[in-house]
Amino acid sequence: MIDRMTEARGFDTFDLRYIGLIAAILGIGLLSIHSVTHDQDGGIAPYYLKQVAWICVGTLAFIVMWAWDYHTIARLAYPAYAVVLFLLVFVLFEGRTSKGAQRWIALGPFSFQPSEFAKLVLILVLAQYYSKAPRVGWLQRVIVPGLLMLPGLLLILKQPDLGSGLSFVAVYAAMLLMVGVRSQALGIALLFSVMLFPFVWEGAWGALHDYQRQRIMAFVDPSYDPSGKGYHALQSRIAIGSGELMGKGLFGGTQSQLKFLPEGHTDFVFAVYAEEWGFVGVLVLLVLFVSLIWLSLDIASKAKDQLGALLAVGIVSMLCFCIVVNIGMTAGMFPIVGIPLPLVSYGGSATIMSMASLGLLLNVKRRRLSLFY
Amino acid sequence: MLGSYSEAEYGDFQRRLILLRIGLLLVVALLALRLWHLQIREGAYYRDLSENNRTRQVLMEPARGLIYDRHGVLLANNVPSFSLYVALDEVKDREALIEKLSDLLELDPAFIRKKLGGKGGKLLPRKIKDRLTLRDAVLIESHRLDLPGVMIQVESQRNYPGGVTASHLLGYVGEVSAEQLEKPEFSDLHQGSIVGQYGIEKSFDRYVRGQAGSKRVEVDAHGHEKRAVVVEKPQAGNDLYLTIDVRLQKLAEELLGREYGAIVALDPTNGDILAMASRPAFDPNVLSRELTPKQWVEIVQDEGRPLNNRASQGQYPPGSTFKVPMAVAALESKTVSPFSTVTCNGGYQFGNRIFRDWKATGHGAVNLHSALVHSCDVYFYTVGQRMGIDLMAEFGKEFGLGQSTGVNLPSERTGIMPSTEWKKKAKKEPWLPGETISVAIGQGYVTVTPLQMANLIATVANDGVNYRPRLVLAVMDRITGNLQELPAVPRGKINAKPETFRLIKEALADVVKVGTATRAKSSVVTIGGKTGTAQVAALRTGPEESIPKKFRDHAWFIAFAPVESPKIAVAVLVEHMGHGGSAAAPLAKEVIEAYFKLNEGQSAGATDAPVAERVGATSEPL
Repeated sequence: MIDRMTEARGFDTFDLRYIGLIAAILGIGLLSIHSVTHDQDGGIAPYYLKQVAWICVGTLAFIVMWAWDYHTIARLAYPAYAVVLFLLVFVLFEGRTSKGAQRWIALGPFSFQPSEFAKLVLILVLAQYYSKAPRVGWLQRVIVPGLLMLPGLLLILKQPDLGSGLSFVAVYAAMLLMVGVRSQALGIALLFSVMLFPFVWEGAWGALHDYQRQRIMAFVDPSYDPSGKGYHALQSRIAIGSGELMGKGLFGGTQSQLKFLPEGHTDFVFAVYAEEWGFVGVLVLLVLFVSLIWLSLDIASKAKDQLGALLAVGIVSMLCFCIVVNIGMTAGMFPIVGIPLPLVSYGGSATIMSMASLGLLLNVKRRRLSLFY
Repeated sequence: MLGSYSEAEYGDFQRRLILLRIGLLLVVALLALRLWHLQIREGAYYRDLSENNRTRQVLMEPARGLIYDRHGVLLANNVPSFSLYVALDEVKDREALIEKLSDLLELDPAFIRKKLGGKGGKLLPRKIKDRLTLRDAVLIESHRLDLPGVMIQVESQRNYPGGVTASHLLGYVGEVSAEQLEKPEFSDLHQGSIVGQYGIEKSFDRYVRGQAGSKRVEVDAHGHEKRAVVVEKPQAGNDLYLTIDVRLQKLAEELLGREYGAIVALDPTNGDILAMASRPAFDPNVLSRELTPKQWVEIVQDEGRPLNNRASQGQYPPGSTFKVPMAVAALESKTVSPFSTVTCNGGYQFGNRIFRDWKATGHGAVNLHSALVHSCDVYFYTVGQRMGIDLMAEFGKEFGLGQSTGVNLPSERTGIMPSTEWKKKAKKEPWLPGETISVAIGQGYVTVTPLQMANLIATVANDGVNYRPRLVLAVMDRITGNLQELPAVPRGKINAKPETFRLIKEALADVVKVGTATRAKSSVVTIGGKTGTAQVAALRTGPEESIPKKFRDHAWFIAFAPVESPKIAVAVLVEHMGHGGSAAAPLAKEVIEAYFKLNEGQSAGATDAPVAERVGATSEPL
C-alpha cells in the first residue's frame, strides 16, 4: 500500500541537485578526456564522443534502474549473479587480453568488462541476502555472505583485476559493518584472518601478475623498480604537483599532453585534471564528489526498508572506495591498482555501471516513506 | 519499521551512517591534504620536474666542411644518415637497455656499455652508433616504447664520392677517442663528436670540424620531438680547396694499379702537391664508419698495409736516385770537377771487399755527366769515399733528407740520412768506412720517402729553391664566405751555384734521352730524371724472375719537366718491380704528359683560376 502511495512521487529539488552533481562530474570527466586525447586517434570516433555515447547508454541504465521497483530488481539478484559468474568464467577463456589481463568481452567494435557489472550485482546479492531474513550469528552474518562473494572475487582476481577485486572486498566489508557485526564475530574474523594471513599472502602474492607485484613493490619501496613501474607513479605525482594552485589550463598540461603520463584518459584522468586545473579545480571536484556521497548517504538513512538502506550503503561505499583509492593512487598514497575514477574516467562498462548504481540509489529515495518528510 | 528492520537495528544503522559520514570526511580531508602538499607545498618542485620532463637537450652535430680539388671537384661531402643516441637521464635500467639494443642491432653489449659510460654530463645524450641502416632505424623506432631514452637523429655523415681516390690524402673521420678528449685541442668536443682521424681530415680538422649546436626540444614520453624550444645552430666547418688535381691523382693511382707503391707530383715553383698516390688504398667511407674489432684487425693486419701512405710514410733506400744529391754535393764540395774522370771496370775495391757496379763489364772512363746518365756506381763509390759520410749527410740534409718535409699530413716519416753521429746515437757503434760506399749509391742505412724524393727533384729543378709541400690551396670560410688562400711556404735555398744545377739538369735530361730512362722519353715535353733500383735483399742469386717477389728490388724514378723551365716534379716508387728504368720511368712519363695535356693552353699559374673565380663570386677581397 505504501509502495503504491510513494510510487506517484515525481522529481523534486533533491533529485535535481543529485542529477546536477552527476552531470557536473560527468562534464569534468568529458573535458579531461577530451583534453588528453584530442590529438589521439580513438578509432571509430574521438574518445570524448565515445564517452558521450557511453553516458547516453548510462543514462538509459540510470532511468531503468530508477524506474523499476528496486524490490523487483533485488529479486533478480541471484539470477543476475549467476549470469555474471558465467560471464566471468567466459572471459577467462574467450576474453580479450589487454596489458596482461583478460578482462574484456568483445561485442563487435565494443568490449565490456563483466567485473564492473559484477560489483553492482554483488551489492544487490548482499542486500537481498541480509534483508531477506534476520541474519544472526557470525556464520550467517559473516561466513555465508563471504562465501557468496568468494566465487566472483576469485574469478576477478584470476583475470587479474586487482582493482575490481579490492572493491569487491570493500563492498562486502562495508555492508558487513552496516548490518553490524558483534564484537565476538569480529574478533573471530580477525583471528582467522591473522591465522590465515601467511596462506593468503602466499596465495595472493603468488596469484598476482609480475606487473602487479612490481606495482606494489614500487609503492612499498620506490627504489625497487626493475622495469620502471615507479615511473607511472612518479609521472602522475609530477602531473598533479606541477598543476600548483591554478593549474596549467585546458590543453596546457605538459605531462598529459606530451604523454609522459600513461593512461591519462582512464585510470589517471584525475592527474590530468589536477594538472590542468590546479588545486582549485581539485577542491571543486572533491566538493562535488563529497556532495554526491552526502546526498547518497541521506538516501541510505531515509530508506524505507533494510533492502533499500543496504543497497544505498553498498553503492555509496563502492563509489567512495573507487574515488578514494583512485585519487590516492594517482597522488602516490596507494599502490597503483587500476581502479577508474567513477563518472570521470573514460570507459563504457564503468560509466554505465556507475550511472546504473546511481539510478538505483535514486530509486531507493523515490520509494522512501513520506513519513520522513 | 518494516520487515526485518527492527527499531534497535534501525538506530544502530543510523549511528553507523553518521560514523561513515565522519569517516568519509576524514578520508577526503586526507586526500585534500595530500593534494595540497603535492600542488601547493611542493608544486614548484614538481613544476620544475615537469619542465625537465618535456624538454631535452639534443646536440646538433655540425656538418664538416667540404673538400674540393684545385678545380673545385668535390672530394668529400656529407650525406644524411641515422644516428642512435641515448639520453642517460631517461634510462631507468641501463643493463636492460643494453641487452635490448644489442639484440636489436646485433651489437656487442660491451661496446654499448662503453659508449654509455663515455665522458660528459648526465644531460648529454650519448651517441651509440651512426650510419644505421634504414632497417635498423625503423626497428628502433618501432620499439620506441620499450627503449626509454633512445632516440634516432638524422645527422650528416661524411661521404667520399670518389671512394678510394686520394684516400690516403683525404684520410677518414671517426669518433673522437677518449684519449683525444683529454687533449686541449679537443676540449670543446664531446663523446660522439666526429673528428678527422687520418690524412687531411685529421691535419686540417680544426678548419673543417665546425661547431656543434644544441637545441632544447619538447618531447613526449615516447621521445617524439614536438617542437624545438631553443636552437643554437650548429656551425658548419670551412671548405677546403686542395692543391691536387683529381684527374692527375686518379691517373697516378691507375698507373700503380695493383702494384704497391707511390707516386708524388709537385709543382716545383710553389710546392703544390698535384697528386699523391699510394697503393694499396682503403675506402675512407668504410673507415669513417664504426668498425667492428674484427674489421679493424683485418685492415691493420692486411699484408699490403693499405692504411700506410707510402708517399709520406713509406721509407725506402733511394738507390741510384741518391746520385742526384750526391752529384750536387760532389761539385759543390769540389770533390770533383765536371771534367774529372774515374775509370770504371765493373767494381770498386775497398780493403779486401769488392763493391760491384751494376754493369759487370764496367763503364770505362766516366765523368760526372756520364756517371749520372749511365748511373755508374763505381764513380759514386769513389766520390763517396773521397767525401766521407758526414759531408754527404750535410748535403743530404740540405735537400731535406732525414727530416720532415713539413707537409701537413699526420705521421710523416723522415727516413734516415746517416752520419757518424747518427750511428753513434742510433746504433751505439762507430761508423765503418765501408758503409760510406754503400750510402754513396743510396743503399745501406739511407732511407727516404717518395715525398722527400719528389721534393728533392723539385728543388733541383727549381735551382735549389725549396718549398714546403702544400696540400691546401685555400680555405673557404662558411660564415663570411671569405676565401683565404694558404700561401706557398719557401723553406730556403740550397747554397749551390746555378752552374751546378745547370750541369746536373743537363745530365738528367740525357738520362731520359740516351741513358737509363729512355722509356720515359716523351714526344710532348722534355723530361729530365734519374732512375733508381733499391736493393731489398743483399744476396741475389739467379735471374730476376726466379727471386720471390718480396725480395725483388724496388723501382724508383724521379723526374721533372719541362727541362727548360720545370713545372712539375715527379717521384715514382714501385715496390718489388725491379729496375727503375723499366718499371718506374714509364709511369712518371705518363703523369707528366697527362699534366701538360690537362693544362694545355693555360699559362703558368693559371691552374688556380677556378679558385680565383670563386673569390670573385663571393665578392669578398682576400
